[in-house]
Amino acid sequence: MEQKEITVALVGNPNCGKTSLFNALTGLNHKVSNFPGTTVEKKTGSFKLSPEKNAHIIDLPGTYSLYPKSADELVTYEILRNKAETNYPDLVVFIADASNLKRNLLLFTQVADLKVPIVLVLNMLDVAERRGIKYDLAKLEEKLQVPIISINARKKEGIDKLKEVLLDEKLRVTAKYFSLERVNQQMLLDLSKITDKRNKYAALQYAINASSLISEKAKRLTEVFKHYEFDIISFQEDEVLTRYKIIDETVKYARLKNTSQLKASITAKVDKVLTHRYYGIGIFLVLLLLVFQAMFSWSEYPKDWLEVGLGAFTDYVEKTLPAGVLNDLIVHGVLAGLTGVMVFLPQIILLFLFIAILEDVGYMARVGFIMDRIMRPFGMNGKSIVPLIGGMACAVPSIMATRSIENKKERLITILVTPLMSCSARLPVYTLLIGMMLEDTAKWGPFNVHGLVLMLMYLIGFGAAILSAWVFKLFIKQKEKTYFILELPGYKVPVFSNLLITIYEKGSAFVFGAGKIIIAVSVILWVLASTGPHANMQMVENKYSVILQNDTLTEAAKKEIHLQMNAQKLEASYAGEFGKLIEPAIRPLGFDWKIGIALLTSLAAREVFVGTMNTIYSVNDDGDNSFGHIKTKMMAEINPRTGKPSYNTATFLSLMIFYAFAMQCMSTIAIVKKETDHIKWPIIQFIYLTALAYGSSLLVFNLFS
Amino acid sequence: MNLTQLGYGKKAVITKVNGQILALKLFEMGILPGEEVELENVAPFGDPIAINLSESKVCLRMQDASCIEIKLID
Repeated sequence: MEQKEITVALVGNPNCGKTSLFNALTGLNHKVSNFPGTTVEKKTGSFKLSPEKNAHIIDLPGTYSLYPKSADELVTYEILRNKAETNYPDLVVFIADASNLKRNLLLFTQVADLKVPIVLVLNMLDVAERRGIKYDLAKLEEKLQVPIISINARKKEGIDKLKEVLLDEKLRVTAKYFSLERVNQQMLLDLSKITDKRNKYAALQYAINASSLISEKAKRLTEVFKHYEFDIISFQEDEVLTRYKIIDETVKYARLKNTSQLKASITAKVDKVLTHRYYGIGIFLVLLLLVFQAMFSWSEYPKDWLEVGLGAFTDYVEKTLPAGVLNDLIVHGVLAGLTGVMVFLPQIILLFLFIAILEDVGYMARVGFIMDRIMRPFGMNGKSIVPLIGGMACAVPSIMATRSIENKKERLITILVTPLMSCSARLPVYTLLIGMMLEDTAKWGPFNVHGLVLMLMYLIGFGAAILSAWVFKLFIKQKEKTYFILELPGYKVPVFSNLLITIYEKGSAFVFGAGKIIIAVSVILWVLASTGPHANMQMVENKYSVILQNDTLTEAAKKEIHLQMNAQKLEASYAGEFGKLIEPAIRPLGFDWKIGIALLTSLAAREVFVGTMNTIYSVNDDGDNSFGHIKTKMMAEINPRTGKPSYNTATFLSLMIFYAFAMQCMSTIAIVKKETDHIKWPIIQFIYLTALAYGSSLLVFNLFS
Repeated sequence: MNLTQLGYGKKAVITKVNGQILALKLFEMGILPGEEVELENVAPFGDPIAINLSESKVCLRMQDASCIEIKLID
């Protein structure tokens, strides 16, 4: 029977253009989800092969071999090893970088030897040609015995040809490269039985990978290896070298005589500067500063437009909907909360964009190279820098990105400290607070002071991250030897459409992910802030209705009294009661009960702080200026206890430090549990970060007040 | 001599790779006997180093590089 849909797995080395090919095939038609019943994340998409036939494509993490050494390589191996899995591909599309064919073919021959139908896609032939490397594809095909398609994933060339090949079932062939004749055949039979795999290579490979685990099966496999005196590592080394020998012959046979002169590589020239022994780190810091300056200044106009647009929309809704509870809930609850956060979308998108560019260009790997020595004393390695920098955008994908770190201890430490990097959710909080603390126009030399303070907050986060890492290093036991081997891919001009797709993904994740939480929190908050213990609320209302009946009052005085009434109502509400309940605990940090409410709600996500403040101050509003600047409102706030403004420099600094350190993000807690596979770590993380936040805020508040 | 002793811009050929699991990882990254190497960059503080192989560029720590035996080619 003809299948309606085929499952295709995209496999290849890191940096071979896999993501570009995936994007070229699926466009925006893809999603990130989990494999059923597991915590393994998968990126899948679909596209039409013909009017009747669909292809379902899984993008597997880049790996160098099928003997996984890191968590992301394990994902790829797990999918390819289990034929019974629903996600087991009908066909593997193996994408190889033609400018580095030998090494790419190592993994290719390993995958092919699992006896899964495979096609070889050659990418970056243009890069190879510039280096004077050219192949006769017919000869390559003749040697490898599988269909070969040449593409240019970045320019989307050859994609139709690839689809044609995928559609042609006659071309679905398997190949065999590596022979197990030198291995004890009886042992292979024994392993086949235990692992339940008929393909001997698949059985042996599975046995090698599984024997390092702790299970009943692993014990039996280890016994078999022992019985036959089979040395796993020498076999693996021998396997890899034998494969290279076969590949070498193939590549030599198919390679065309070097015609063009080898040009000096641009990458070498650029690396001379960017990874310079003495000023490489300086360049990195200047680049970061430029990113923050750009993020701040470029987002100014779109932010203003959003503010005006959303304000107009809120006014329109308020006037259109019939007055009443529903109107109040939507305008002062949902829209107030949502608007407060959505205006930061431009900044967040810009930050994600800059990080994506640095990654696409190939600079991130260089940062790993120049920072490795610095990270080492802190129990991390150069690869930790990618999650840490990514943590400035969002800790959740960054903690997933730690999968590329081979050493378990270094990975765990990186996971534990990544939430200290100032993520984009803190950006709205910092921006609001810095904006209230300092004049807009303040300059320091050519730099905007806002940008500098913001940069300082990021540096404080980074400092706290590496210091905590150093502490963790002392307490976490080291099990395996550590090494750091990282490929430095050639520099590339980023592909515009890939960047757009990244921005679209991150932007919509923020709008929908954060949006959902904010709507839920705002509604709950609005209810809690506008209702309260009946007796208390009644008392306030009675008190003011008597005062307001006084006819001699001027309009202005009435307005003033209205404001007072609303403030007292909020204080009497459930939210107020709640905030007051925790006020004693946070008063030493300079926070009042209103900030207390915001601290509680931002346990879900940090950016909720701004939404909450908006909702609180909007409920507190007298109604005719429903969408005023929250900034002016907060600045006008007087603390009844001291008679001074509620917010002063010490409060702002204390609040910013609290938000810099505290673990206020449900998604991060969830992802840490997933990635560490134990509830213990998110708990430890939550406790140490809360303690750090409280202690530091206490210190800062007392120093500055 | 081993890879840590290679000077800037000098070319050498790998003769042997020591170190069990590390060797396997190095092989998989394309660092194997018979390959030509060239020292291209040294990171701040003198470690790690970046080397050029015939078709790729890889960085590794001095400690790992000391497992790679080389012979100079002139």
